[in-house]
Amino acid sequence: MASSRLVGAALSEYLVFGVLLLVGFAFVAAAMTANRLLRPSAPSPGKGAVYECGVDPVGGDWAQVQIRYYVYAYLFVLFAVEAVFLFPWAAVFRDFGPAAAAEMGLFVGVLALGLAYAWRKGVLRWR
Amino acid sequence: MLLELAVKVAAVLAAFLVLPLAVGQTEHKLMAHMQGRLGPMHAGRFHGWAQLIADGVKFAQKEDLVPDAADKPVFRLAPAVALLPYLLVILFIPLGPGDLVGSSLDMGLFVVVALVGVGVLAVLMAGWSSANKYTLIGALRGAAQLMAYELPLVLAAASVAVAAGTLSLPAIVEAWHPWWLLWQAPAAVVFFTAGLAEIRRPPFDAPIADSELVFGYLTEYAGLRFALLLLAEYVGIVVVSALTAVLFLGGWRGPGPESLGWLWTLLKTGALAAVVIWLRVAWPRLRVDQIQALCWKGLVPVALAQLVLTTAVALAL
Repeated sequence: MASSRLVGAALSEYLVFGVLLLVGFAFVAAAMTANRLLRPSAPSPGKGAVYECGVDPVGGDWAQVQIRYYVYAYLFVLFAVEAVFLFPWAAVFRDFGPAAAAEMGLFVGVLALGLAYAWRKGVLRWR
Repeated sequence: MLLELAVKVAAVLAAFLVLPLAVGQTEHKLMAHMQGRLGPMHAGRFHGWAQLIADGVKFAQKEDLVPDAADKPVFRLAPAVALLPYLLVILFIPLGPGDLVGSSLDMGLFVVVALVGVGVLAVLMAGWSSANKYTLIGALRGAAQLMAYELPLVLAAASVAVAAGTLSLPAIVEAWHPWWLLWQAPAAVVFFTAGLAEIRRPPFDAPIADSELVFGYLTEYAGLRFALLLLAEYVGIVVVSALTAVLFLGGWRGPGPESLGWLWTLLKTGALAAVVIWLRVAWPRLRVDQIQALCWKGLVPVALAQLVLTTAVALAL
């Protein structure tokens, strides 16, 4: 009985989340509909062109950009995986005591070592 | 139960619509005074109090411009993707003790951090779909910045979770003790700074950089869609300030009866929002490489050290 009430309470927490998401979309949709009723619409080729400082755009819509920070993206993925494990661990580690802390310390230590290695290798320097 | 659900959704929606406007109005006045200039003074006669309303009316009547070359569905969807995660975060922020919270889910902190991380999607969607070179450069800068600062944000939040031994935001406030102000101080600074970068506020506004990139990834937006993206920025200020107040400054805890706790939450959030505005006035924009260096060489190591410190002290206590 008590456990079914607990499940019901948890479900209602998810329900309010779902309802709020729908209400949020409804808010944006309502705002855009009201906007449609209020705004003028007079399209022209000039308005449809992309903005490039007021002159006609040069070339197409493709531009080559040097992405200098893709290595950061790899680093990010490593740490993001760690973060996913950190949160459940934070909630329960007191029950397991120093052993759990030491294991997480080892895990974080290896990652910190990885960051130090990347730093030493000059990955974090802007080139 | 249905009534309770309706009240919660209505309250969250009200906070979502009112608080950002209050921050916007404060920003008008505070920036004007800090920079010794008048600011908007005409609308509504008395000190231009109606300027924000006038802006809203103007935005609502503007033509909806979508570039011919744009990826139109993505372009149209981006404002909603930028806005809605913050609306959902407000659901988890406890205003006061007891029932003054939209959802007291046990893994509230985890959900909140995940929702804040959706912002990078909106930036990439807006920048890429616009088919404009400036927006593309702005979006790539934004993606790099948001991904990098996600880390210190998450690590600082994890430090609080370790200290409190729970992921539920109301329970974290219950567990809070004034001495955390000292113990968790580095994490608080890291969290607030990374939060600023996550909402792309100055000095972390390189993805927008109006003097280099026209208006960054927002260049092609006009009318109500632009207004919605601006609203997302101000809801972001409210969310980051409120989260910092709840996680690190004790939320509703403070002198006085517990029934006035909601006032403490609002006061702390308001004070932090004022700091966000102050930083915009006082600080020059950081360069892209400086932004990355501050994150990887400053905030991430500090956050990791804080995590070790928090765990050691939590074990000793």
